[in-house]
Amino acid sequence: MIFGLILAGGKGTRMGNVEKPKQFMDLCGKPIIVHTIEKFVINSSFEKIIVLSPKQWIKHTQDIVKKYLPNADKVIIIEGGSTRNETIMNGIKYIEENYILDDETIIVTHDSVRPFVTHRIIEENINYTQKYGACDTVIPATDTIVESCNNEYITDIPDRSKMYQGQTPQTFYAKRLKELYMSLTEEEKEVLTDASKILTLKGDKVYLVDGEVYNIKITYPYDLRVAQALLGSSDIK
Amino acid sequence: MLNTVFQLRKPRQFEVSFKDITLDSEHIIVRPTYLSICNADQRYYQGKRAESVLKKKLPMALIHEGIGKVIYDPTGTFNIGDEVVMIPNLPIEKDDIIGENYLRTSKFRGSGTDGFLQEYIQTVPDRLVKLPDNINRSVAAFTEIVSVCYHAISRFIKTSNARKDIIGVWGDGNMGFLTSLLLKKMLPKSKIIVFGVNEAKLNDFTFVDQTYLVNAIPDNIRINHAFECVGGNVAPQVINQIIDYIDPEATIAILGVTEDLAPINTRMILEKGLRIIGSSRSGREDFEGLMDLYAKYPDIIQYMENIVGTQVHIRDVKDIVNAFELDINKMLGKTVMIWDE
Repeated sequence: MIFGLILAGGKGTRMGNVEKPKQFMDLCGKPIIVHTIEKFVINSSFEKIIVLSPKQWIKHTQDIVKKYLPNADKVIIIEGGSTRNETIMNGIKYIEENYILDDETIIVTHDSVRPFVTHRIIEENINYTQKYGACDTVIPATDTIVESCNNEYITDIPDRSKMYQGQTPQTFYAKRLKELYMSLTEEEKEVLTDASKILTLKGDKVYLVDGEVYNIKITYPYDLRVAQALLGSSDIK
Repeated sequence: MLNTVFQLRKPRQFEVSFKDITLDSEHIIVRPTYLSICNADQRYYQGKRAESVLKKKLPMALIHEGIGKVIYDPTGTFNIGDEVVMIPNLPIEKDDIIGENYLRTSKFRGSGTDGFLQEYIQTVPDRLVKLPDNINRSVAAFTEIVSVCYHAISRFIKTSNARKDIIGVWGDGNMGFLTSLLLKKMLPKSKIIVFGVNEAKLNDFTFVDQTYLVNAIPDNIRINHAFECVGGNVAPQVINQIIDYIDPEATIAILGVTEDLAPINTRMILEKGLRIIGSSRSGREDFEGLMDLYAKYPDIIQYMENIVGTQVHIRDVKDIVNAFELDINKMLGKTVMIWDE
């Protein structure tokens, strides 16, 4: 079984923050997260779409999903975790408790604020994972990456031709990801901000899926302006 | 949902744009799979339409010949995964007399409204026709142009006189190939003669009764009716040659598109009492009729496999440009773009 995991933010850092999370910002008359969920809802490969939301925004997310999606029964909204990886683990836990978590269970994890994800990217994530075990969506780095270990001066400038910018989806066999994550020490878990790194740290290969330059993460007001500029008028059906 | 639309911004320049799709209970979502390039697309791509037309219609997604896979259907008309041909004509109103493709209010994909070069097509069930199982997808991709030939022949059958012993088809390109192939099936008792300019191309018309080069037509030839499948700036010459060779009270079906006005021999049209019928595009009943014809004569598909030209796998704008450039240099055949999944 294949599940979509829409990562809509953990509950830790935003606690007490009354500002509406960015996935609820309006883009073309709909909250950004609705655009993202729609891309997964219409893909019949997915058994369910599990949206992992901060606790205080679960009701709100449920309401907008019900409002905008005619077949909302395919979408489940549950609470995320304190970190990105804990959020993914919450999703896996839900699958384990309500479905079957076996060697064939795949999770396609995706940022709720990347609504420009395409059919091809999602399909390739599923296909590459079935073929190779895990994959990550990337685009070649266009800017030179500069490393500074002390935030004062450059310690290294890696060869740009080997550098990529990570996007999402990131797709894994859920059971394997969970096993590897559970084998990490608490210190290792703390520093791991990226799910693919769980696998690479343990020696598993994670294959690259070509992303798109426009598969942007809407993080800042500037990104929203870019997203609006990419949109044309609505089309005849 | 933000749908990726690959629009032609200006001649030879495609650009990615996004348009919102709202999921509702009436519209189906189709993932286009195999798309075929038509000469009409090329006229936009190469900037061969009038400047005013380009200014009015671009940016626009091209392509009106294509098939796809149903991926979301709240109407229950299709099963998920069904392969369908997409009808590019989009009627706004219903008329008991005038066909949907002739209503002036109808829209047409790839000509005034976005074509099939999109990530998803959202449409009503009426604009989709299920394809037969196991059909060659590259052939199915250009079903639309075949439906146009089917439509023209159907109109011709309704309006022409009963003497249909010998029918001439002018044109050795794709349109001529498809029209003469369908004529052999739809009017099996008629002798089909094809007139062209390229002997090598004419040699591929193995299913017709006779072929001639247009500069070597025997004087004593008689044609009961004719189809013009050439278009372009030589259309007037072609139509006038047809008028010279055709029987009185015959019907000439014109399918070729011209950008300029065509001076034709109206005196002889009057003297011979000729009937000229224009045909353009097609409607749902033509697609359905064509599917029935495919089922009745499966060898049509086999013949059409011979005109599948270059097949280009596409993932992004760069691949689409490549497909259009390759299509420009083709001799005969349909260039098919295949979406990589």
